[in-house]
Amino acid sequence: MANLNDLKLRISSVKSTQKITSAMKMVAAAKLRRAQEQAEASRPYAERMERMLGSLAASAGKQPGASPLLAGTGKDDVHLLIVAAADRGLCGGFNSNIVKEARKKAHELIKAGKTVKFYCIGRKSRDQLRREFGPNIVDTIEDVAKPSLSFDKATTVSDTVLRMFDAGEFDVCTIFYAKFKSVIVQIPTAQQLIPFEAEGDADASGLADGGIYDYEPSDEKILSDLLPRNISIQIFKAMLENAASEHGARMSAMDSATRNAGEMIDRLSIQYNRTRQANITNELIEIISAKEAL
Amino acid sequence: MAKEQVEFELVSPEKLLLSQSVDMVVVPGEDGDFGVLPRHAPMISTVRPGVIAIYSGKEISERIFVAGGFAEVTTERCTVLAEVAQPVGEIDKAAVQQQLQDAKEDLSDAKDDAARDAARKQIGLSEAMLTAIG
Repeated sequence: MANLNDLKLRISSVKSTQKITSAMKMVAAAKLRRAQEQAEASRPYAERMERMLGSLAASAGKQPGASPLLAGTGKDDVHLLIVAAADRGLCGGFNSNIVKEARKKAHELIKAGKTVKFYCIGRKSRDQLRREFGPNIVDTIEDVAKPSLSFDKATTVSDTVLRMFDAGEFDVCTIFYAKFKSVIVQIPTAQQLIPFEAEGDADASGLADGGIYDYEPSDEKILSDLLPRNISIQIFKAMLENAASEHGARMSAMDSATRNAGEMIDRLSIQYNRTRQANITNELIEIISAKEAL
Repeated sequence: MAKEQVEFELVSPEKLLLSQSVDMVVVPGEDGDFGVLPRHAPMISTVRPGVIAIYSGKEISERIFVAGGFAEVTTERCTVLAEVAQPVGEIDKAAVQQQLQDAKEDLSDAKDDAARDAARKQIGLSEAMLTAIG
């Protein structure tokens, strides 16, 4: 009964796949919780940084000779796109969605006659971009979340980016990552890092909170310290959001995979039982008709 | 009338390290240390590597080493953004001396400006730490 055996094998193989996907789901859920906690914990720093920058940018940004990080280089010929995705797959459309967003932007820029460079965070973003934009990828960083996502990793990225900016290798820098909304919804987002764009409410809250500050040593000096730091913070924030999104996406992908495997097992079991029954009936008929023939 | 206090917060990129009401806090600013008492004029300053001293009454209740950052002072709050912060009591003197030694070797081995700058920064940091331990 080869057919029966085949079915049995299929069922057991789907069962072990289901075990793997459900284990991956549990792991993703645990990691998601940790990633969310980490994102939560990093929020106070980013908030305060934003408040300071808001009030500083309002006072120093308008002066001539402001830092190019704030005012831009005056050109926008070369764009650096930082694409932050995951190191691993099996997380639904997570990586593809981010890369799709970046690719769309890149095509727009190229059509407008700009040069595009890529800085990849995560193995998957590099793999997916390499086919189309291989020569434009300037650098890749992998394993950012190993052993755990730390601020140092973000500093490594921002140091490279700033060094390139100082060397005049690009004019505008944008980071692509997935904003975590819920386990099911992650929104691929593009955020401009250089030149710095103050978020709408940042300077309003700065003003409401105590008005005009004194600056020591001077607002330009602080600003020139604060802006590079802010870039590391923004990159760190993007990495944290991304980590949460990745685990969220993987969790829901693995959840539906587990469910699909369950359905498949049910279907296969029914088929197995029917075939088995049919075989038995056949054998009985054979025996009975053999008896009658005697 | 209740005694006025300053809300002191020490924040690192990874988490909120400390948030408490204190009588006074002395922050190592770029242009020299400054003390923050309630109703201080609002200001923003850069922070050099050094020790933040938290006072309760006239006594220093806590000493925390920070490796530079920013301080934001408003009339009722003092927020320090620091990337590295460590209570002075927890600094391991031998480890810091080892770091200093390593950094000095790095400086003499450094081949380009970036490596030299990194080594110099580390030396400055380690020396500031050693001064903090005293």
